[in-house]
Amino acid sequence: MSDSPKKRLATTSLAGCFGCHMSLLDIDERILALIEQVEFDRSPINDIKKITRRCDVGLIEGGCCNEENVHTLQEFRRKCDVLVAVGQCAIMGGLPVMRNAIMHSDDPLKECLYEAYIDSPYIQNDNHQIPNDPALPLILDRVYSCSEVVKIDYQIPGCPPSGDMLWQTLTSLIEGRPENLPLELIKYD
Amino acid sequence: MTTDNQHDLITDICTRYGNDKGRMLDILTAVQERLRCIDETSMHTIADTIGCSRIEVEGVVTFYSFFSVERKGDITIRLCDDIVDRFAGMKEISMIFEEELGIKLGQTSDDGRFSIDHAACIGMCDQAPAALINDVVITSLTPESARDIAQKLKTGTPPQELLNSVGDGNNAHELIRAMVNNNIRRFGEVLFDDANTGKGLKQALHQSPQDIIEQVIESGLRGCGGAGFPTGRKWSMAANTPATERYVICNADEGEPGTFKDRVLLTERAELVIEGMTIAARAIASTQGIIYLRGEYAYLKPYLEACLQSQRDSNFLGKNIGNVDGFDFDIRIQLGAGAYICGEESSLISSCEGLRGEPKNRPPYPVEKGYLDCPTLVNNVETFACIARIIERGAQWFNSIGTDDSSGTKLISISGDCDRPGVYELPYGTTVHELLKLAGAEQAAAVQVGGPSGQMIDPTAYGRKICFEDLPTGGAIIVFGSHRNILEIVEYYLDFFISESCGYCTPCRVGNVFLKERIGKIRKGFAELMDLDYLRELSNTVIQTSRCGLGQTSPKPVISSMDNFPLVYSALLKEHPDGMRASFDIQKTLEESRHLAKRRSHIFDTSYDN
Repeated sequence: MSDSPKKRLATTSLAGCFGCHMSLLDIDERILALIEQVEFDRSPINDIKKITRRCDVGLIEGGCCNEENVHTLQEFRRKCDVLVAVGQCAIMGGLPVMRNAIMHSDDPLKECLYEAYIDSPYIQNDNHQIPNDPALPLILDRVYSCSEVVKIDYQIPGCPPSGDMLWQTLTSLIEGRPENLPLELIKYD
Repeated sequence: MTTDNQHDLITDICTRYGNDKGRMLDILTAVQERLRCIDETSMHTIADTIGCSRIEVEGVVTFYSFFSVERKGDITIRLCDDIVDRFAGMKEISMIFEEELGIKLGQTSDDGRFSIDHAACIGMCDQAPAALINDVVITSLTPESARDIAQKLKTGTPPQELLNSVGDGNNAHELIRAMVNNNIRRFGEVLFDDANTGKGLKQALHQSPQDIIEQVIESGLRGCGGAGFPTGRKWSMAANTPATERYVICNADEGEPGTFKDRVLLTERAELVIEGMTIAARAIASTQGIIYLRGEYAYLKPYLEACLQSQRDSNFLGKNIGNVDGFDFDIRIQLGAGAYICGEESSLISSCEGLRGEPKNRPPYPVEKGYLDCPTLVNNVETFACIARIIERGAQWFNSIGTDDSSGTKLISISGDCDRPGVYELPYGTTVHELLKLAGAEQAAAVQVGGPSGQMIDPTAYGRKICFEDLPTGGAIIVFGSHRNILEIVEYYLDFFISESCGYCTPCRVGNVFLKERIGKIRKGFAELMDLDYLRELSNTVIQTSRCGLGQTSPKPVISSMDNFPLVYSALLKEHPDGMRASFDIQKTLEESRHLAKRRSHIFDTSYDN
């Protein structure tokens, strides 16, 4: 990690629900202690849209379902020393990965889009079109977990991981201690 | 066939097996043979006739590879897809069959005459490539003979008449008449010694069950199927479990790729095996035995039936055997239907009971609660044959052969890249090097000892000994020359386990697929060092958490090749300092999307200027 007095932290949500970021807010008033030690770079928390300079730690929520996710993730990998996959979507693909179950079709992506926008009896889509605004990023052939796209250094399991767990991990990483999560924080059953 | 006829045919078949649900496998085998499929209607009829639900029948039908819901051809061609057969040119053979018959692998011709399928190892590795055409075994196929066979089949030649020659020894027997060769290259002092049998049983008639078991314990005999459990201990456990009925089962389901010694033993020494079973019956007080014969060896069934009959005629089977009052024992043959897992004893018992061949929870062990919940002794073909000799010639004689912890001789089937593939009877303790010398394979680059669930060793380990203390084997030795791709072999073996996994437990059903994917990634050159850690970790998880022997051994090809051929792996690894994954190709992942959206990517298509 760099020698600057305050560590730099960047976070992003890819194909996720922002639940992991909500959970980050569950550290409550400890966020004050956190900003004593870190400076937030790109993050939904401060609404900075681009990474401004090299960061010590990057937190990734969500997997990759479209090209923009891939682009963001690759940028994080290039600019963060330590990359952490936070939550089930980042680690395994999570709920969005359900669309990967369409695999025995000749054209799985088409079948998926038709099910989502045209064929399903539960949709209201009066113009019967699949959204295709040029501003929309292209969707990938299937959903990829973060570690399928770039090297991931650590994973924090959970859907979402608790605020306590995120706090514990962050402070460990910032202080450069080996991570040591107590069992009760990562035990889910 | 009209619905009425079909109904009558099926009820007739069920009646032949006493409408007994426990004989489901026999019923299904007969229906499949006559109708070439077991369709919905047939399943309903069978269920109604034998008194169970249709879904129970369907469960069994879909478990075994020899049964099919869709109609198979009147002539079903099963091409052996073992790695040895592949290396011997099966790919070309299968293309010739496809071309001549005008159907693809897995298809049935429109006129219903032919279908072509793959089969896992059919136990003919020493005469590969081989195929099963209905029950007829065709060995040593060449492109020419394959074309000739396909053309003859098209003109209506029945499979049995395809044979130009018959094999050596009893393969020429009128009840076998197969082109299979025994290829016995070395006759040892235990099993392939003179065929004069019956002496062991005659001795046993005058001994108490306890004496017989004592001798088996003293002989040091260990199970010859691969696991090597002390036979005497197994027998005394079966004998000591209180019960009114006990069963003796001979495991002739040798499905481990590369193993074919039991086929030879059943062809040449069937009486010895039956004798061993009868001695076991006396030792544990059993009145009924079963020979579980793998479906691939169905061509041996008429001969084995005749052997059983001749034993009955000489009063070595049946009532009051050898005129000993109250010593009753008889044996039936249970034909399998193409499932590797049924070689595992509890799965084999499930299969004998007419169920899906899934393993049972252990404990209780089969010796306590096995076939029909009675204590059941399951031993390998070779084990029973050894028993007959031990009782005949004495435990000490047997114990003096071999090594300290592995007594006697071992039948070893050698195949692959060697000059003299076949069956060798050698004392335990023989080194791999000695074996390779005998088989004409001193240049071997790798040797798979014990089939895919055994170990793959490299030339530095050829001094190791074949015995339970060092390199255990159920009998399979597969030799690979230096022109073979180790990772292709590993990937093939994983494929084999994936298709043979019964699917009951997740580590085996899913874990093996992930292992195979990762090996594929390595072969493509996309892997990094961490992929090797992943392989090791996942292998251990599958080994430790699977329910039966299949999953507990299936990662072994991965682990032993990583241990013994590390350079093969490391040569293919590539580190990416920028942290990007080489296996992820953004262009490929976007291809379909560009096509559907009819536009290019403004992030990844650099020429995009919209």
